Amino acid sequence: MDFNLREVTVAGPRQLTLQMKDLFTSQGLAVVSTQEHGQPYCNLVAFASTDDLKHLIFATNRATRKFANIDEDPRLSMLIDNRSNRVSDFHEAVAVNAVGLAEEILGPEKDALLKVYLAKHPHLEGFVMSPTCALMRVRVDRYFVVSRFQHVLVLDMKE
Amino acid sequence: MNLIIPLPLLADADPYQVGEKAFELGVIFRHGIRVPRSLCITKDAYEMYVRSTGLMERISLELGRKDFRDMRWEELWDASLRIRGMFLNTAMPSALVKNIRDPIEGLFGNRPVDVRSSALGEDYTSASFAGLHESYLNIKGIYSILDHIRLVWASLWSDAALLHCKELELDVHHGTMAVIVQGHIAGRESGLIFAKDPAYGGQAVIEAFYSLDERFADGMGEQERWVIDRATGTVISHEGAVQGKACAPSVSEDPLGDLRPGLNKVPSLSGEEVREIYRLALKVEAIFGSPKDVEWTFDGTDLYTLQSLPISASSGKAFGDSRDSHLGMGRGFENIKQLKVRIEDELIPEMMKEAASLSHTDLTALSDDELAGEILERTATYQAWERAYGKYFLPFAHGMRLFGRVYNDTLRPHDPYEFMDLLRSADMLCIERNARLEHLAEQVRQSPALANALRDGRETSGFPLFDNELTCFMNTFGDLSCSGALCGREGDVVRGVILKLALKPMAVEQPRTLSMEDLEEYYLSFFPEERKCFARDLLHLARASCRLRDGDSIYLGRFKGHLATALDEGRRRLSGRLPKIRDADIPKVLKGAAFMPSQEPEFTDDIWENRFTLRARQLVGQPAGSGIANGPARVILHEKDLIDFNTGEIIVCDALEASMTFIIPLASGIVERSGALLIHGAVIAREYGLPCVTGVPEAMSLIKSGEQVTVDGYLGIVIIHDQ
Repeated sequence: MDFNLREVTVAGPRQLTLQMKDLFTSQGLAVVSTQEHGQPYCNLVAFASTDDLKHLIFATNRATRKFANIDEDPRLSMLIDNRSNRVSDFHEAVAVNAVGLAEEILGPEKDALLKVYLAKHPHLEGFVMSPTCALMRVRVDRYFVVSRFQHVLVLDMKE
Repeated sequence: MNLIIPLPLLADADPYQVGEKAFELGVIFRHGIRVPRSLCITKDAYEMYVRSTGLMERISLELGRKDFRDMRWEELWDASLRIRGMFLNTAMPSALVKNIRDPIEGLFGNRPVDVRSSALGEDYTSASFAGLHESYLNIKGIYSILDHIRLVWASLWSDAALLHCKELELDVHHGTMAVIVQGHIAGRESGLIFAKDPAYGGQAVIEAFYSLDERFADGMGEQERWVIDRATGTVISHEGAVQGKACAPSVSEDPLGDLRPGLNKVPSLSGEEVREIYRLALKVEAIFGSPKDVEWTFDGTDLYTLQSLPISASSGKAFGDSRDSHLGMGRGFENIKQLKVRIEDELIPEMMKEAASLSHTDLTALSDDELAGEILERTATYQAWERAYGKYFLPFAHGMRLFGRVYNDTLRPHDPYEFMDLLRSADMLCIERNARLEHLAEQVRQSPALANALRDGRETSGFPLFDNELTCFMNTFGDLSCSGALCGREGDVVRGVILKLALKPMAVEQPRTLSMEDLEEYYLSFFPEERKCFARDLLHLARASCRLRDGDSIYLGRFKGHLATALDEGRRRLSGRLPKIRDADIPKVLKGAAFMPSQEPEFTDDIWENRFTLRARQLVGQPAGSGIANGPARVILHEKDLIDFNTGEIIVCDALEASMTFIIPLASGIVERSGALLIHGAVIAREYGLPCVTGVPEAMSLIKSGEQVTVDGYLGIVIIHDQ
């Protein structure tokens, strides 16, 4: 006889990814973390995500420190959250930490990803179209989804 | 910010600041109806208190551990206990005390008062929450009054109120409350008039206690009842009190006292008094334009109105919700004592007798058709006892809860679960069983030859002392250490456990700093002499309740075990034809070979399932046993998982059942999908000093056997390490 498992509804990848997509839609800015010789370095960036959640997109000037850091070491972490800096954050806020490899988008994919990016941030068209600006892509390996202060789930991207 | 509003000004106040109850009291007073002297501590005072002390954030954190909709009532009770502990141990800020102390002292001096809740907010009307928030009667002295104001505030977060919020899907994080402080009247008779009976709209009903105090909220004591025809104003019927119990004028948990001989044969109200109460109800109805329930008391010949309530809020009949059962969560001492008698004297003997009769059936001798009948009968028996379990045994757990509440209210401990120390080792059946197993293990430690025999699966008849004690153990506990498939070879299982116990490194016993006698003496020292007897009785009741939390599930496990044995016999007979079959289909196939069991639905392909792998890194539950443990997880899905359980592993289960507890001495920690602090698993974990986290919804789906996990019993989290 098996031990009775009562009705249990636990969010699977589908529910979790739907929640993530809602979060990514609701938030314009994310914190990007790169590193320079082992020293972590954080920036705010305007981001967008592809529908399949495989890629996160942001834009940066090529003369910035973060661009140089990525050029040196493409490993990157990006934090997207919906905190309101109120007490309710402890039970309401959700934070998603994406880790993966970043690179400048140069090939034929650029048009499609640029379209995704500008659909969310149309006011940044002038900035992104500048010859000095690089459109960056993060190929996400893993998402850490943190809710209710301490509840942490991990979504690993399958190959 | 207006912290206090006196009675004469309440009718002009914003009901959203003073609450509906206080506002209506003000209106009644303005219309010349006699009301005890009163004042209202507004919601501003509550909000000043929870904001300036940081309580608001702490409550928010406590209730934000998981989605409120997913919290079971046991978890709500735990959360409520912790929140009440916060209120008990968080003093009012001096600025608040300074503002409310003088007006209270000025109005009441040294006279006793009642401290009543007055909930507010669109969703928090007294109609909806009547009886779920608390009131305290006959409170004397300014410090005690301030203390009880905090307790009324705490009742905003009572388990019953939280459950009600959950049911109505209210935003639990935004509750607030006003409080009425009202001069206490030790009335000759007190009661309620239901101006319009919700069941019979043409009637009004007066309920009255022979009392020096009114105790309608708890439904305690026997009341007299007059039914009045609203059309004519004449009394249709009168029922007298019969049990001879009256309400005593104290705030004890056992306020029932015996009536003076003969008193219960005489109507407590004269005909004129009944009419006077009815006229009062009509007057209140005229004021508000709709009938109300009115709480009244006679001080000598003077009729006082204590409060008006939305119609039938006090009876709960008009709501069609489960508020009655929520109110039942606050079961009183008398009620729990009656349950104890019923359970110990009737139900358990009946269970034992019925379980014993089942074990006499030789299943192998039955035809397939007879076996199917036996399975169905055992299923029905098990389900019947499961229902009885829910109806009688589970409510008896309120004995522990009532004790915990009285303990915390009286002793104000830092740890809201300190009271559990007094309930330790309350002759729990599984503790006794495991102690006997440990005794057998000790013999194995002393004899390498015996250890080798057990390891090799050889007979142990060459070790007569061990063999006799093992036989004795099996006779006593054999059917307790397993509940199903293992039963046929329980001897092997028990031998295996004994060997594992013998090989386990001996833990160093931590000496207890205080003996049980010391703890008892400490507990009793907080009660005045006249309440010591009640305190002792309550402790006794709580211990019985705790003991039964262990024993009842073991007793119920016997029925489950008998059902499992029958199912296994059915499965064995069908194994050639149907290697995989659901329990529910076994009797159907046994009865008619043509029956084809339904297929389990295939896993549906999902793009997201294919794209991602979901796993847990850190899961949040409730802290239910302090300490921290690290080890490989063993997810208990089948009884085989119990046999395979190794020393040092973490038990991960749906709920720790009685049939699993024999592996507890081998475990280093416990994680439960369900459970709560006063539920079996946590009680045993505490007994063995094991870190335990309960109420982790994803425990069974996202933790895999063999994964290295850390159980943090302090914070109530489970960390799953990268493999």
